[in-house]
Amino acid sequence: MAARSTNRGLDRRALVAGVLDDRADDLLVVTGLGSPTYDVAAAGDHALNFHLWGAMGSAATVGLGLARARPQNRVLVITGDGEMLMALGALATVGAAPAQNLAILVLDNEAYGETGGQASHTAFKTNIAAVALACRLRDARTVTETVQCSDLKEFLLNAEGPVLAVAKIAQDAPERVLPSRDGHFLRSRFQAALLGENTP
Amino acid sequence: MTETDAQHPRDWRHDAYDALKRLDVRHVAYVPDAGLTPLIDACLDDDQMTTYVLTTEEEGIGVIAGADLGGERGVLLMQSSGVGNCPNGLTLVQNCGFPLLTLVTMRGEWVEFNPWQVAMGQATAPLLEMAGATVWRVDQADDVGETVFGAGATAFDSCVPCAVLFSQRLIGAKKF
Repeated sequence: MAARSTNRGLDRRALVAGVLDDRADDLLVVTGLGSPTYDVAAAGDHALNFHLWGAMGSAATVGLGLARARPQNRVLVITGDGEMLMALGALATVGAAPAQNLAILVLDNEAYGETGGQASHTAFKTNIAAVALACRLRDARTVTETVQCSDLKEFLLNAEGPVLAVAKIAQDAPERVLPSRDGHFLRSRFQAALLGENTP
Repeated sequence: MTETDAQHPRDWRHDAYDALKRLDVRHVAYVPDAGLTPLIDACLDDDQMTTYVLTTEEEGIGVIAGADLGGERGVLLMQSSGVGNCPNGLTLVQNCGFPLLTLVTMRGEWVEFNPWQVAMGQATAPLLEMAGATVWRVDQADDVGETVFGAGATAFDSCVPCAVLFSQRLIGAKKF
């Protein structure tokens, strides 16, 4: 039973809403599949959100390619511990690329929330922020207290990247808020909002 | 651009590089491969190209998709064994209409010393086709440039996955 997480932890919805509150027009957001997508959708639909509904493990690399193609924008990847754990190698790829405008937020409830709450590796003490530092991201930290959240927002939106933050969240399951599942629509809408007439 | 000289035949990998330039490819994601070394080196030396060394090939699909969201074109370079690491990532391409150009060096099909390469080499083209890709195979050095260009133009203009397989006979069998 040691693997079961407790319900203590940050409120995921409030945390994500706070990070995206008063959002800058040029912020680009990529979300990993599952609950982080619902958290971002709950903070308000936005054309410059790109939501992954599959391809688990791809959130960080989509963010990386986007960040390198658009150095004038800030890119924030918001994903979960399970999605990030599937792509720990991607952190090495991020660490090898000088993406100063890339930040990754891992919402870590130490469980696979979509599939019944099975313990993830972070419940067994895998430390994703430590992995990120070992992969030579510029900075990485773990946030456990609400009082740290304003610093977290500043870190994610302004620190020289690539940076990663792990937020230890509670293991509750707020109501699902579902954005569009139409990938063609999400891509086209994102490109039109970002690129306007220069959309390929 | 195709200089041919009997003493120093032009390297087909430079034709592939020239095709990528004609296509305005700006992002090059790769898992290193001996057969593509001259192409990878040319991309690394190109200030207009952003390069990504990957730990596994599936990462490259995410990178290329992200670059496309930002309005720029990319290519994924890998060996046939790496195609086996890609199928779930390829659903991203199909579900969203991302263009994907991938150049694959083949193993496991001609004078193959290592039996462990054969299974994935034989599965490479069917697997890509199952994932929705159009696949071209190149056996002759003279065909490389136009095939890469044509596959890339199809990928970028029609927003579909396109793969070019460089045959093991073209590359030359690996010597142990």
